[in-house]
Amino acid sequence: MLYNEPSPLEVKVLTRRFGLPGGPTLATYLATDGFAGFRKALQLKPEEIIEQVKISNLRGRGGAGFPMGLKWGFVPRGSDRPRYIVANADEGEPGTCKDRLLMEHDPHQLLEGMLIAARAVDARAGYIYVRGEYRYIIEILDRAIEECRAAGYLGRDILGSGFDFEVYTHSGAGSYECGEESALLESLEGKRGVPRIRPPFPAVAGLYRCPTVLNNVESYSAVPAILRDGGAAFAALGTPRDGGTRLFCVSGHVNRPGVYELPVGFNLLRLLNEVAGGIRGGRKLKAVVPGGSSCPVLKASECDLSLDFDTLAKAGSMLGSAGVIVIDEDTCMARVAARVIRFYAHESCGWCIPCREGTAWLAKLLLRLHEGGGRRGDLDLAVEIARNMLGRTFCPLGDAAAMPTIAFLEKFRDEFEAHLDGGQCLFEKQPAGVEA
Amino acid sequence: MSSLVKLTIDGRPVEAPAGTLVIEAARGVGIEIPGFCYYPGLALQGACRLCLVEVERAPRLQTSCTLPVAEGMVVRTATEKVRQARRAVLELLLTNHPLDCPVCDKGGECELQDTTFAHGPGLGRFSEMKRHVDERRWSEVVYYDRPRCILCFRCVRICDQGMGVRALGIVDRGGHSEIAPNRGDRLECDECGMCIDICPVGALTSRMYRYQTRPWEMRHVGTICAHCGDGCTTTLGVYHNQIMRGNNRDRSGLNGEFLCLKGRYAADFVDHPARLTSPLLRAGGGLEPATWAQAIAAVAAGLRAAQARGAPIGIIGSNHTTNEENYCLQKLAREGLGTPHLDHHRTGDVAGLLRALAGRSGALATVEDLYTSRAVLVVGRDLAQQHPLLSFRIRLNYHHHGARVYVVTPGPVREDRYAARSVRVAPGHELEGVESLMHDLAGEQELVVLFGDAIRGEAVARLVALCDSLGIQVKYVCLVDYSNSRGSSDMGLLPSLGPGYRSVAQAGMTLEEMLACEDLGALWVVGANPLKERRLAARSAFVVVQELFLTETAQAADVVLPAASAYEKTGTVTNTCGQVQPLVRALAKPGTKPDLEIFRLIALELGLDFEPTVPEAVWQGIARAVPGPCAGTVRSAGDTLFISGTLGRYSRTLQAVAEAPGGLYRG
Repeated sequence: MLYNEPSPLEVKVLTRRFGLPGGPTLATYLATDGFAGFRKALQLKPEEIIEQVKISNLRGRGGAGFPMGLKWGFVPRGSDRPRYIVANADEGEPGTCKDRLLMEHDPHQLLEGMLIAARAVDARAGYIYVRGEYRYIIEILDRAIEECRAAGYLGRDILGSGFDFEVYTHSGAGSYECGEESALLESLEGKRGVPRIRPPFPAVAGLYRCPTVLNNVESYSAVPAILRDGGAAFAALGTPRDGGTRLFCVSGHVNRPGVYELPVGFNLLRLLNEVAGGIRGGRKLKAVVPGGSSCPVLKASECDLSLDFDTLAKAGSMLGSAGVIVIDEDTCMARVAARVIRFYAHESCGWCIPCREGTAWLAKLLLRLHEGGGRRGDLDLAVEIARNMLGRTFCPLGDAAAMPTIAFLEKFRDEFEAHLDGGQCLFEKQPAGVEA
Repeated sequence: MSSLVKLTIDGRPVEAPAGTLVIEAARGVGIEIPGFCYYPGLALQGACRLCLVEVERAPRLQTSCTLPVAEGMVVRTATEKVRQARRAVLELLLTNHPLDCPVCDKGGECELQDTTFAHGPGLGRFSEMKRHVDERRWSEVVYYDRPRCILCFRCVRICDQGMGVRALGIVDRGGHSEIAPNRGDRLECDECGMCIDICPVGALTSRMYRYQTRPWEMRHVGTICAHCGDGCTTTLGVYHNQIMRGNNRDRSGLNGEFLCLKGRYAADFVDHPARLTSPLLRAGGGLEPATWAQAIAAVAAGLRAAQARGAPIGIIGSNHTTNEENYCLQKLAREGLGTPHLDHHRTGDVAGLLRALAGRSGALATVEDLYTSRAVLVVGRDLAQQHPLLSFRIRLNYHHHGARVYVVTPGPVREDRYAARSVRVAPGHELEGVESLMHDLAGEQELVVLFGDAIRGEAVARLVALCDSLGIQVKYVCLVDYSNSRGSSDMGLLPSLGPGYRSVAQAGMTLEEMLACEDLGALWVVGANPLKERRLAARSAFVVVQELFLTETAQAADVVLPAASAYEKTGTVTNTCGQVQPLVRALAKPGTKPDLEIFRLIALELGLDFEPTVPEAVWQGIARAVPGPCAGTVRSAGDTLFISGTLGRYSRTLQAVAEAPGGLYRG
């Protein structure tokens, strides 16, 4: 069963099989062009596959937006070391819930995407690193893998091509940090989930220090369509520098929260009003966190923009993992900021000092402020702590905590100031907890 | 890696081999970049973010501890941006630090304290509750105070990569991360204290040293560890004539900062209540305190009586006394008393090895060779247990240079974990084990062979012959047990060999033969305990013992003379690799005398010639009399008031003063 009603404005490429009768079986998949992309890839040379992915303009859906074709091209050719395909299904960014649906409703599409990647870099094994909370999805994936193996789409001599490829699932253990690619690899190797020094990047030295293609579930899930219909067709759906469609996860104070597949470049206000049904209760929009909780908040007045990586970056935020969190006018931003930083303080892996101590300090400060214990100087101090973390942490988690904090404090300073010196929150008589 | 890369650091042109890290290249030209998690020789972390520097064309500050030098790179380490970053990192680091410097053991020698003074903010702005976790006792040696811990993970790495023990890990996450034993809540390890030593702050402390004194209250005396034969330098912290701890943070010895439990904390034997502080004379059934004059007179009388009876006098020397003492003892025995019966508890067949090598040069390995040789073969010994320094050096050789290590032992050893091949043999079949490795060894370019007492006598020659057949350069270490076991052999405390392994006119009885000799007139035991498990056959023999404690042998003595320990005297000792190093007196033990002084007193009482009497002068004599491995290894650099070896060249002060060499001052 789907979690939300589809919108007529959607352009269904990756989600076209969602909700088909019969459910996510191999039979359904094959009946709807399943493995057509892979069959086409079998006719192509590895460089030609990568070329199609480059043409598609697909930029990494995990949040960083790195061009996927370029990434695949970094895998050294002719190395005598084994190469690996790894799918990042550690979907942990608050506000993001798209990979979950892609795996739940079309696991074969992900497997085909990985298979095509394997063909492109000549890999023999692939791993899907699934966040621990998605235990039931591991069962779905394992069933799909078993089906594919039984039908000859995975395993030895796939479709008589002489090509071998196996896929394995691996459960995370509940750490946000393991969504960072190098920490994911450490965890996948059975070690403590802390990031690695980079360079080298995974394409050169990834899993077991071997060349590794590591992409987000949504990125791989787009690959079958790219091969089937051609990279150009996929690219044409999006903007000139950011191709295809994206699964936007709209959460928060809208009438119809849900995951919607829309072309890259779709207008944010249209997404809120036309796709997600507008702000609930007839209230006004206050702010939007456009790409998952690590992205700097946009004020309502900044929201008339195209949802693509470059436009969001120009607006001082990020499209990230397209987790669109909508905040209405009745919400206290001091509470939002405290809740967000609390998450990052909880999830900081503890490896480097600025992130470990900075997130903890910010969390204590903003919680105190939210609960009415704010003092003059706290706001400037909080911004300075966050700025001191920016760009100086071992991995992007520090930035992910610092950037939204700075944006909340700078864009909604008056709401924070109301909390200072025993002042009254503008929205809540009794400050609610931030746990929920 | 030999090609040089040119870069600029703080406007100064710098050349460094490709692969050098920026932090090291900077240190090489005297630019200190602070850092906690960076530690030379251990895996890189990039965790503490203190070593951030500005690199031209890099969008953000870079960690100089993970950044290799690159041609044309322009690095700035002292800009306001860098200074601000350091201040910020230190401010963050101190948020949950207890700031209990006034009571912390590390106060005064703390990297966090020093770094904060140099680079930190003057004030803290953290007004939230600090995280508190109670202190933990992990073992009888190691205590952990989480609030002081800065999570640099040096302890975890030294335990894994350095010691090969892997006793420590990280538990929990984020601000709640802490260091913890990997098995339960107790440490199960070498208790070497390397984790304590390498800790830049006061998070890890030892039971022996904690809350005892402050670093600035101690005298720091670098001497050679009195325990095993590896010859580590231990810098003893001495407070009020008491040894508080040992470490070697200044890396002044061939061990670098390495020390095991013995070198670090086992100097406490000097203060044991059972320590002998007065001569003892047999009176009636027991031993009674006596004056030195009475005791020395009794010794002379006993020895003269034995001589008068024509009964043989046996002399058993020590594995712990200095080269000077050993040399004087054999001289006193052979020339003074005219007895050839001289031996010590031999723990390795050094003489056999030297005989088998027949004078060839460059065939004896140094401790440094264990770190640089491409291949190492360990025969018959558990190095981690018996020779911790050698084990450490070989392990680092493996980690840093990929050395191939071969092992032939009766039981499992730590080297197995990274050995290219490990062979198990029944005791006594070690040579067969080596033979089974010949095919692998033949593929090596060079080899260092370490063997213990399993290979002795004829077997040594056979081992050398086997290795000769490889046709590659092979160096050897004959493993011996104690701080001067090697020196006892070198100085001729042997029944048939004199100093420098020269044969003597008349061979005497071995240690075992002396104990079994029913006619033995007198037995003079210096710092040894031969009667621990054996009996003296000659019931009526006069027995004199120079010792620290009332050992089984001392209990059987007629005269017991309280001796000074290695930490209470000067002289030289020779390690298992034949490297001669000086002892530096760290403290005085009232009531005791150095063995050399005791020899002098006895010689004088016997009316024998005994010159000279200070260790330095004895060494001059040894250097003249003993050729080969022990000569020429100690040499003063001739430094004067304004010269200090290489360091002097890099001291602005020494270079700047008007009195510097060639200047005005002549003293």
